[in-house]
Amino acid sequence: MTLLRGEGLALVRGGRLLFEGLALSLGRGEALHIVGPNGCGKSSLIRLVAGLLTPNAGRIERTEAALADEGLALDRELPLARALAFWRGPRLAAAMNAFDLDDLAQVPVRLLSTGQAKRARLARVMASGAPLWLLDEPLNGLDRDGTDRLTAAAAAHRSAGGAILAASHQALSGDWRTMELGR
Amino acid sequence: MTGALVIREVRRGVSGPAWLPVAFFLLVATIVPFAVGPDARLLARIGGGALWIAALTAALLPIDRLVEPDRADGVLDQLALGGIAEEAIGAAKMIGHWLTFGPLLLIAAVPASFVVGLDGPALARTLVALAIGTPALAALAVAVAGLTAGLPRAGSLASLLLMPLAVPLVIFGAAATGDGESSALKLEAAVALLTVAGAPFVAGAAIRASRT
Repeated sequence: MTLLRGEGLALVRGGRLLFEGLALSLGRGEALHIVGPNGCGKSSLIRLVAGLLTPNAGRIERTEAALADEGLALDRELPLARALAFWRGPRLAAAMNAFDLDDLAQVPVRLLSTGQAKRARLARVMASGAPLWLLDEPLNGLDRDGTDRLTAAAAAHRSAGGAILAASHQALSGDWRTMELGR
Repeated sequence: MTGALVIREVRRGVSGPAWLPVAFFLLVATIVPFAVGPDARLLARIGGGALWIAALTAALLPIDRLVEPDRADGVLDQLALGGIAEEAIGAAKMIGHWLTFGPLLLIAAVPASFVVGLDGPALARTLVALAIGTPALAALAVAVAGLTAGLPRAGSLASLLLMPLAVPLVIFGAAATGDGESSALKLEAAVALLTVAGAPFVAGAAIRASRT
């Protein structure tokens, strides 16, 4: 069963054609790693799949998705657990545990470090229970332990029948298909 | 989820500077007698209009915290991923903003009325007119905040945009404050209804258009 299918996608940003004729497909348990130089449209492709941008050509069909990108989208003055709970993830407790956020539950979001905030974003994606994960530069700011936790969470998500689309200029551990943009 | 959004708006308003527009409102009202002199009859005649000017300028203050922080932080994107319509976001922000702005302003209108020399019946008319008008001011603030989100110097631009849009409301609102016999109150209510009904759609379309 296909969780994401895109055909003939083209995107123009700021008068520049980022890609055209792009086809995407992700089935259950699959993971796709988008690679390419800076500015080639990796993040734009993620936002396109998320439905936050409209393609100039082509069409996208996808199932329910969760996104982790630049935006933290957590209220800075709230403790982390309450800020994450606003997003109503059905698997919040498991996600906070998986990303080692239990000790930070009562810490206000504004005090989190870069890596901790990154783990919070990833935990929100996992907590959502959405079958399709969209991760934009998921490794940025993560330490070794955080990276291992992401790898484990991604593997568990895939073995549970989920799919992942990630854009990253770093190598992702695990079994990923890669797609190169901007050639 | 829309209910949670309203609660979030109220919490952010109350924990933030919710008293700031109200303090501003009171200050502007206090300036009026200093500016036009202590003539009680003159003050009572222009007092209602002066309170509307104070309310309008107070409504400008919170505009830049209404939509732009959520756009910049990705909250609007996450809500879109969650399947919440942008119009629902606009409506929730409007309700939440009014809850932190309207009732406080109505309370502040009581001392402000005495400062500008309004008598008892005039105070009652002012409160009714402001009770009808503040939801429209909140709606305009959210719509304009959506329209200017992400633009440079959005704060000043939003003020320039909001003031002309509020002209019909001020005309009928101030008239209803001054004269209880006329049908100004009904016309004010009509303008307010139109504004409140239309603002979520303007804000929603603006939020969609501001995505990059």
